[in-house]
Amino acid sequence: MKFIPDPIGKFFHRMASPPHFYALAGQMIPWLTGIFLVLLGYGLFAGLYLAPTDYQQGDSYRIIYIHVPSAWMSLFIYIVMALAGAIGLIWRIKLAEIMAISSASVGASFTFIALVTGSLWGKPMWGTWWVWDARLTSELILLFLYLGVMGLYNAIDDKRTASKAVAILALVGVVNIPIIHYSVEWWNTLHQGPTVTKMDKPSIHISMLIPLLTMAVAFKFYYVIAVLQRARLELLQRERTSAWVKKLVMEQSK
Amino acid sequence: MNPARRQRLILIIVMVTGIAIAVAFALKSFNENLMYFFSTSDVVAGKAPKAALFRLGGMVVKGTVQHPGKGLMVQFKLTDFSKEVTVEYTGILPDLFREGQGIVANGALDARGVFVAEEVLAKHDENYMPPEVKASLKKNMPTETAQ
Repeated sequence: MKFIPDPIGKFFHRMASPPHFYALAGQMIPWLTGIFLVLLGYGLFAGLYLAPTDYQQGDSYRIIYIHVPSAWMSLFIYIVMALAGAIGLIWRIKLAEIMAISSASVGASFTFIALVTGSLWGKPMWGTWWVWDARLTSELILLFLYLGVMGLYNAIDDKRTASKAVAILALVGVVNIPIIHYSVEWWNTLHQGPTVTKMDKPSIHISMLIPLLTMAVAFKFYYVIAVLQRARLELLQRERTSAWVKKLVMEQSK
Repeated sequence: MNPARRQRLILIIVMVTGIAIAVAFALKSFNENLMYFFSTSDVVAGKAPKAALFRLGGMVVKGTVQHPGKGLMVQFKLTDFSKEVTVEYTGILPDLFREGQGIVANGALDARGVFVAEEVLAKHDENYMPPEVKASLKKNMPTETAQ
């Protein structure tokens, strides 16, 4: 059985080679940072200045431009982490393991930002910082899952073993992702239903939607930058005894 | 794909599916407890607790917000578009509280069948639009926004 064509397989093999990945990621980061800054600049300007005020919430709704993209990222990164973990488990690809663990702290940060901005938004609008409804609680569990992944990884000395353990934990936690997404539809919650991520037309005016989507794309770029930087560092630490790292250090110290 | 890898892939798929099924059953059995609030129909049907605090959610019925006393006491009706429940609350209402707005109140039923709230939270909807768009919507579709 062979469902991956040869050229793609070869491409991934080359990508998964640590020295190649290290160099390529290093070259990509400045470009990605440039694109990220442009998108972020436009997204913030459009969201905070160009977009009109909301008919009910006035200017307070503008926290949506941080809150919603962060919440989307918290789910997206978790899925990436679990997939990378599964690839690491099945194909024993070292780089997949590194991608999985490098994603964890970035994902945890986005989850934390989503929770904090949500809380800051909840106080003036709902009248409370926090309630234990299904949406807020499942998002908090997501934060604990991320922290669990990071803690477990650091608790095991052998990093290949640690990666396997972490991948299984991440895969177990995947069940929480649809729960977070559908919590507002399955149960009565204080949190309102989805505005953009639904089958229907988004219930947000186009002038407010464009900055929101721009911010979402900007956050995706930020994630790629952050995960590549962390992955490079993790790779150096894991491969510190190998020939290519020694060569690299020699070249750098010249 | 070599046999060892295929086996690991199958194992992972089985594990994830198994957990999903287990969690689905668990959530189904705790369904009632995961509801953040009772609807007004639940209360009228007698499903809500009689002598304990619980949360009641619904839409504030237009034209029912009254201030019977001199103080901060406010009385209004909540609806889920099928049954209505009268709510009394003494205190400061959240900014988003208005007629036609969804709210969640925490409190208990008294002997009259009135829900006496200790806390009122506003539940805002998922719609975001500029005030001008809202105004023109109201002009063009008076029936839809009048609810």
